[in-house]
Amino acid sequence: MTAPVIGASIRRKEDHRFITGQGRYTDDINRHGQTHAYFVRSPHAHAKLRGVDTSAARAAKGVVGVLTGADLAADKLGGLICGWMITSKDGTPMKAGAHPALAVDTVRYVGDHIAIVIAETYGQAKDAAELVKVEYEELPPVVDPAKAQSDATQVHAEAPRNTIYQWEIGNKPETEAAFAKAAQIVKLDLTNNRLIPNAMEPRACVGEYDDATSGYTLYVTSQNPHVARLVMSAFIGIAPEHKLRVVAPDVGGGFGSKIFIYAEEVVCTWASKKVRRPVKWTAERSESFLSDAHGRDHVTHAELALDADAKMLGLRVKTIANLGAYMSTFSSSVPTYLYGTLLSGQYDLSAIYAEVDAVYTNTAPVDAYRGAGRPEATYVIERIVEEAARQLKLDPVAFRRKNFVRKFPHQTPVIMNYDAGDYDASLDAALKLADYAGFPARKAAAKAQGKLRGLGFSTYIEACGLAPSAAVGSLGAGVGLWESAEVRVTPTGGVEVFTGAHSHGQGHETTFAQVVAGRLGIPMENVEIIHGDTNSVQFGMGTYGSRAAVGLTAVSRALDKIEAKAKKIAAHVLEASAADIVFENGEFKVAGTDRKLAFHEVALNAYVAHKFPTSEIEPGLKESVFHDPTNFTFPAGTHICEVEIDPDTGVTTIVSFTAVDDFGNVINPMIVEGQVQGGIAQGIGQALLEHGVYDKDSGQLITGSYMDYTMPRADDLPSYKLGFTVTPCPSNPLGMKGCGEAGAIASPAAVMNAVTDALGVKEFNMPATPSRVWAAIHRTRAAAE
Amino acid sequence: MPSVAMTVNGKAASGEVETRTLLVHFLRENLRLTGTHVGCDTSQCGACVVHVNGKAVKSCTMLAVQAEGAQVTTIEGLAKDGTLHPVQAAFKEHHGLQCGFCTPGMIMTAVDMIRRIPNLDEKTIRSELEGNLCRCTGYQNIVKAIDAASKEMKGAHA
Ligand code: FES
Ligand code: FES
Repeated sequence: MTAPVIGASIRRKEDHRFITGQGRYTDDINRHGQTHAYFVRSPHAHAKLRGVDTSAARAAKGVVGVLTGADLAADKLGGLICGWMITSKDGTPMKAGAHPALAVDTVRYVGDHIAIVIAETYGQAKDAAELVKVEYEELPPVVDPAKAQSDATQVHAEAPRNTIYQWEIGNKPETEAAFAKAAQIVKLDLTNNRLIPNAMEPRACVGEYDDATSGYTLYVTSQNPHVARLVMSAFIGIAPEHKLRVVAPDVGGGFGSKIFIYAEEVVCTWASKKVRRPVKWTAERSESFLSDAHGRDHVTHAELALDADAKMLGLRVKTIANLGAYMSTFSSSVPTYLYGTLLSGQYDLSAIYAEVDAVYTNTAPVDAYRGAGRPEATYVIERIVEEAARQLKLDPVAFRRKNFVRKFPHQTPVIMNYDAGDYDASLDAALKLADYAGFPARKAAAKAQGKLRGLGFSTYIEACGLAPSAAVGSLGAGVGLWESAEVRVTPTGGVEVFTGAHSHGQGHETTFAQVVAGRLGIPMENVEIIHGDTNSVQFGMGTYGSRAAVGLTAVSRALDKIEAKAKKIAAHVLEASAADIVFENGEFKVAGTDRKLAFHEVALNAYVAHKFPTSEIEPGLKESVFHDPTNFTFPAGTHICEVEIDPDTGVTTIVSFTAVDDFGNVINPMIVEGQVQGGIAQGIGQALLEHGVYDKDSGQLITGSYMDYTMPRADDLPSYKLGFTVTPCPSNPLGMKGCGEAGAIASPAAVMNAVTDALGVKEFNMPATPSRVWAAIHRTRAAAE
Repeated sequence: MPSVAMTVNGKAASGEVETRTLLVHFLRENLRLTGTHVGCDTSQCGACVVHVNGKAVKSCTMLAVQAEGAQVTTIEGLAKDGTLHPVQAAFKEHHGLQCGFCTPGMIMTAVDMIRRIPNLDEKTIRSELEGNLCRCTGYQNIVKAIDAASKEMKGAHA
C-alpha cells in the first residue's frame, strides 16, 4: 500500500480549473434571455420616503421593469429575517424592527435598497436607475454605538433606546464576590473596530423563473444554499422549497459575508417571475462596501480580579455591540453565544459575568465575519491578561501558565465544556519558534537604532462546529447545526459524495476526497465531491464557523455504513460468513484465506444483485447520514507577534509572527497552513490597517472603496512561522478540530499586545495606523516633558 | 455602436461594443472568456489583469476600443497545448490559491513580473504584487509560487 492519504499534503483537485480560468462563479453564468439589474439605493443614512416615481425610468431605453417596495408588499412577500432569538436578562425577547427587502417608508443606512431597475443591458439598467425620482425627508442619523442608547434618533420604533437586547451570561453573584475579595483589579477599555469583509468576488445572483415547471432557480454567491432556500421559502414566501432550486457554484471567498440572505437575491428571484426573464445582478465593489454585512464593531469595558498570588479570580465584561440598521440573518448570535461563551480563554476562571447590549444604528447591518464573536472575546481576554501581567510586573508567559486550564474536561462558567487540550505544549513550541529568549537582546539592538520593539502574546481558544443542535436550539438558534452526507458508489466503483458543506476556498473537493480515498483504499481520482446545489444535495447547513469537520464526520459515518453493507455483499459473493470478511487496502478478504474482492468488484455485485438475497440486502450501494455533533471542537494555541515601530514615521512593521495551533488530527497540512496564513493576514489587517468608518454627522460611509479602506497587500505582511501540536478531538472519529478561523481569532490581540508593549501605553485602539501611532508617541513625549 | 477587432489568445476576435465598454467586459461578455475577473471598480484589485501586446494591463482600466488591433492574452490562453505555464503549475504546487478568484490576475501579473525582473526575491515579489489583492491566502504561498516559478524558468533558459 502506498503512503497514507489522510494527513498528506495532497495538491488540490480543484486547482486546475482555477489556474486555467475555468472556474465557474456566479457572474460567469449567463442564462438564455437574461436581463440585468441595478438597485436604486439610499444616499442618505436616515430618511422618510415621501415618494418613489419610476415613470421616467420605465420609459428609458432597454428597460424591462422597475419594481419598488410597494410592489413587494402588494405581493405579500415577507421581510428578511434574523434566525437566532436572543432573550434579554429581564426575560423579554429581542426587539427587532421589520426588514423589507425593498424599503417601504423609511431608509435606514446609506445603501439601503429602494428599487430594482431591470433592463436589457447592465449599462441601460444603471442609466435608468438615475431616472428614478425619490423624494426624501432627511432625518438625523445615529452612528456611534456608544451613543445609540441615549440618542434622540430612533432607528426602529420597535426598539426603544435603539436597544435590541440586553443579554447576560455567567454567574453574577460569584463574580461580585470574587471582585470583593480581590487583591488587585485590572481595568481596560477596548473597541473592536468595524471591518468590511471584502471577499474578492463581489456578491452576485441570477434569478430565473420557469413557467413550464412553475419553479425558480437562483444562482447565488452563498456559503449555504439550503439555508438560503429555506429562508426564502418558509419566511419570505417566494415559492415552496420544492419549487425553488438554489445553486451556489464556485464562490470567490466568503468569510461569513456570504452566509446571509440578502435583499438583492430575494428581489432578483421574485422579479424574474414579474418580468418573465432571468434577472442577473452583480455587485460593484462600492455596493459591496455599502451593503455586505460588516463585522465586529464592539465597545467594551473589562475588569479582571486577581488574588495576591496572581491567580485570576473573576472577569466582568460590559459590551455594546453595534448591529447596524437591520438585523442580518445570524447577527444576534455573534455578540452573544459566539462571544460571551469564549471569555474564559485558556484560563481556569471560576467566576465570569458578561453583559451585552446590542444596538441599532444607521449603518450597514453587522453579522458574522471570520471568527464571529470569538475574535472579539479573544481580544478582550488576551489584552486584559497581558495588561494584568504588565501591571503585576510578571512575565506574561509565567502569568498565563499560572492560570492555564490543565484538567479536561473543563467546565467554564460560560457554558463551554473544553474537551481536550494542552496549552503548555503549544506555548512551549511557540516560544521556541519565536526565540522568546532572544527578545531582550533584539529590543536593545532596536533601541540602539532609535526603534521601538514590542512583543505580544495571544494564547487563544475558540469553538468550532456550531454544534449540537439541541444545545444551540436551547440558546435560541432557529436551526439545527448538524451536517448531511450521502455517499453513492457507482456500479464501476467510483464514489460520489454529496455534502451539505460548501467549499469557497477551503479545498473540500480535496480534503473530503482524501477521507474517502484513504478510507476505501481507492485512488483520489475515483472520488467526486458534489456540493452547492439543492437539486443534488438533499439538505445541508453549509460552511461557516470552521464546521467542515462536522461535514467530514458525516462523510466518515456514511462510509461506515457503506463498508458494513459491502462486507455483507462480499460475504455472499465469496461464500463466507460476514463476520469473516475484513476490509483492508481497498479489498474485501476472507480472513485467513486468499479469497478476496476489490472494492469495485463488490460495487458491481451490489448493482448486478445476482449473488445475494435481495429480500435481505437491497441492491445498490448508497448510504446517507445526518450527523449531529456531540460538542463543539476547541482549537487552541499560541500566537506571538514581534513588531518594530519607527517613532519618526509611526510605521509599525511586523518583524516576526509565530503561530502554533492545535487543530487535533489534520487531514491535509498544506491546506491547514493556508487557512492559518489567510486568517492571520485578516487579523493583522484588523490590527494595523482596516477600519470601516462612518461619518458621525452624516452617516456616510467614509471607507467605501479600496482608496479608503486599507486591505492588507503583499508588502504589508511578513511570512509567518507556523507550528502545530496535536491533542486529538475526542468528539469525532477523525479527531479533528476546525482550523479556518483561528488565525483571525488569535492574531489581533497578539499584534496589539506587541504594539502597546513597544509604545509603553495601556490602551490603544485598532487599527494601529502610522498616523495614530505617531500621534500616540508624541502624546507620550509631550506628557513626559 | 462601434465595432472592435483584436487578437485574443492567438485568435481573431471582434464584436460590437459601446464606446464605454471596458476591455474586461468585452472579454467576459462578448467573448465569454470569464477567467478574467472583476473585483473592484477603482482599478485596485488586479483580478482583471491580462496581457496586452505583451504587457500586464488591468483590463478594467482600458476601453475595449483602445485594444483595437492589439494582441491580448488572457488566463485561458496561458497554457500551451494542454501544458500548464510554469507559473500556473507553481500556484498549484505551492497552494497559491484558495477560492481562486484573484488567481487569474495574480498569475498574469506574475508572468509579467518574472519576464521583467531577472532576480526576484521575496521583498521584490511582495512590492510588485502591490496592484493585486487576495483575501484568502495571506499572500505567503503566492509569493512562494512566484519565487519557485521564477527560479524554474531561469533554470530552463540557462
Ligand atoms: S477589476 Fe480591475 S483592478 Fe479591480
Ligand atoms: S484565493 Fe481567494 S482571493 Fe485570492
